[in-house]
Amino acid sequence: MLGYIIRRALFSLVTIFLVSILSFAIIQLPPGDYVDSYIAQLQASGTPVSTSEAENLRARYGLDEPFAVQYGLWMRQVLRGNLGTSMQWQRPVREVIGDRLALTMVVSVAALVFTWMIALPIGIFSAVRQYSVADYIATTIGFMGLAVPNFLFALVVMYIGWSVFGLNVGGLFSAEYELQGWSFGKFLNLLSHLPVPAIVLGTAATAQGIRVLRNNLLDELRKPYVVTARAKGLSETRLILKYPVRVALNPLASTIGYMLPFIVSGSVIVSIVLSLPTVGPVLLTSLQSQDMFLAGAIVLLLGVMTIIGTFLSDMLLLLIDPRIRMED
Amino acid sequence: MADQEYKPSHSPDPTEPADPDAARPPATPGTGADRTSDAVETVYDASTGAAAEDRVAVASQFQLMWWRFRRHRLAMFGGIVILLFYSVVVFADFLAYASPQASEAERSLMPPQRVYLFDDGSFSPHVFGLDSRRNPQTFQREYFANPDDKIELSFFAEGFEYNLFGFIPTNRHLIGTKDREIGESVFLLGTDVQGRDMWSRLMYATRISLTIGLVAVIVSIALGVVMGGLSGFYGGWVDMVVQRMMELLYSIPTIPLWMGLAAAVPDHWSILRIYFAITVIIALIGWTELARVVRGRLLALREEDFVMAANLAGASQFRVIFVHLVPLVLSHIIAAVSLALPAMIVAETSLSFLGLGLRPPAVSWGVLLQGAQNIQAVALTPWLLLPAIPVIVVILAFSFLGDGLRDAADPYGM
Repeated sequence: MLGYIIRRALFSLVTIFLVSILSFAIIQLPPGDYVDSYIAQLQASGTPVSTSEAENLRARYGLDEPFAVQYGLWMRQVLRGNLGTSMQWQRPVREVIGDRLALTMVVSVAALVFTWMIALPIGIFSAVRQYSVADYIATTIGFMGLAVPNFLFALVVMYIGWSVFGLNVGGLFSAEYELQGWSFGKFLNLLSHLPVPAIVLGTAATAQGIRVLRNNLLDELRKPYVVTARAKGLSETRLILKYPVRVALNPLASTIGYMLPFIVSGSVIVSIVLSLPTVGPVLLTSLQSQDMFLAGAIVLLLGVMTIIGTFLSDMLLLLIDPRIRMED
Repeated sequence: MADQEYKPSHSPDPTEPADPDAARPPATPGTGADRTSDAVETVYDASTGAAAEDRVAVASQFQLMWWRFRRHRLAMFGGIVILLFYSVVVFADFLAYASPQASEAERSLMPPQRVYLFDDGSFSPHVFGLDSRRNPQTFQREYFANPDDKIELSFFAEGFEYNLFGFIPTNRHLIGTKDREIGESVFLLGTDVQGRDMWSRLMYATRISLTIGLVAVIVSIALGVVMGGLSGFYGGWVDMVVQRMMELLYSIPTIPLWMGLAAAVPDHWSILRIYFAITVIIALIGWTELARVVRGRLLALREEDFVMAANLAGASQFRVIFVHLVPLVLSHIIAAVSLALPAMIVAETSLSFLGLGLRPPAVSWGVLLQGAQNIQAVALTPWLLLPAIPVIVVILAFSFLGDGLRDAADPYGM
């Protein structure tokens, strides 16, 4: 078991390393660098920039060095906890995205919680009552949930919120709390705004969860031990929840690992539509202005977050599935 | 993201023979000339089962798949919808009635026009001309149907010139008007901010969005089959490396990755180059699912007796892979492709929607949806959301089709 944990942890570390290279490479891809677009921006507003000034800027950010050196410089700073300075905001990256990263996590976890809360009962129900009307409805909704890209879903929710309820469903805080520091009132306000993004983000994962759970449970329900338990007179609810559901949950737990990157990925684009104060909108603007430290930090942190989340879900699986514990 | 479990379908009854009227017996060499379809059908009616088994025994892989597929009504329906959509791809110029780029500030943000099919009880499709006025309070342009200005519609009318199938010059369009310029009077789905006709733009967008998915899928098949094939066939360290690569791509959020890559595409490239760049970017990250399917199948098949038999009989590696293994994996690849295509289409739509994918003047569903990016647009001009409908319909249809194909490709599904 310890061996398994160490192996998983090592693999996560390697993945994090590769993600860091990948995110740095992405930032390096655009032709030209930040200084080019900064100069273009200044010239557009009528401020001429001399060549020596441009050279100074490049030297300051180490933009003339080869890739490996730039990557090394960047990583050394990152490991010291310094994510660099956002060139676009003229502020440390940590300040720009600190709160937003935390909120991205909050929104993703909320979506995951929603996914489980909905997928579990519906999945169990539609397997136990296979081919009932409710099963067909659940399956159809599941298909729809998988089919509708979540940013379109966000647009539709926004439209319905506006046209039916007269509400602006965007954002995570009401206007009066937006600029305030953290307080209990602000926390409650956040909670009241969470359901919409959680539903929008969690629907596709929910649909998938329902399908996986339904299929697993259907396989389990046909096994002899279920018949035995029933023959012994166990009540139906207790019987189903205690034995087959527990077995059917294992494969579902292992899909969290795949759901998390999917949800975080979706949160980026959904945040832009619903104007949530997460890292999504900042990533978009930073990519547009080639603010490489900011964009690099966001891609890196999102990747690291998901890898840690996946690692945790593996540990969870270890807890509930004795077969993995026995392996070593 | 599609369901990644490989489950046999829950067919109602595993012992049930193939649908009796599903197909005629195949005319394979083994059946001989005397076994005409009529003869077999009488035999079949007399002794149920035996003939059906015979027929199944001599059927080719694809016939078996087709029989199973036909029983999946929803998948058949999905397939028909997809065919309709791809006919829009072919006939986009014919279905459009205005140039997708013809803009006019005077008719910005017109709501969809209502089409009247009958006039005084006789069939005469027409719309009413729209008069515009600025609202003195909001300064919004407002449009009113003018009941005195009846615009009659005709079918197969003449319009702008284009090349059908790319080489037949013609100017016929599905609809047109009798006595005036159609591009200035008919707006079936309204207009966008720049006064461009949404219907015509939607037709061209369908062409781009659906072909970009196809091209991306072809690139990812190539990648997926090569990587999955290497990994599944050779195993060992090759498998290790490919597996880790796939896990890496699985464990990082794709959209930030796509955004990063797409933002690197230079602005000054031509539409065609951007189109291919975006395709390659989507395919580079999207091949893992296909590789997974190919690898899984090959790993299972590699151990089969017939592979060993082929090896013992002295068949070359090349022959084993391409003659014996690929046809067996092919059906699974087809099923996986139909499940991968919608993901590619969504990827392009998402990127273009964010302004990082295709850029105007190219029109795709994502580019059209850019007009509906914020709450103001959604609230005031809801028809700009219309391109969402084809996106959803196509994805649903592909999911049904892919599900049916996957069940049909599963030899244990019957």
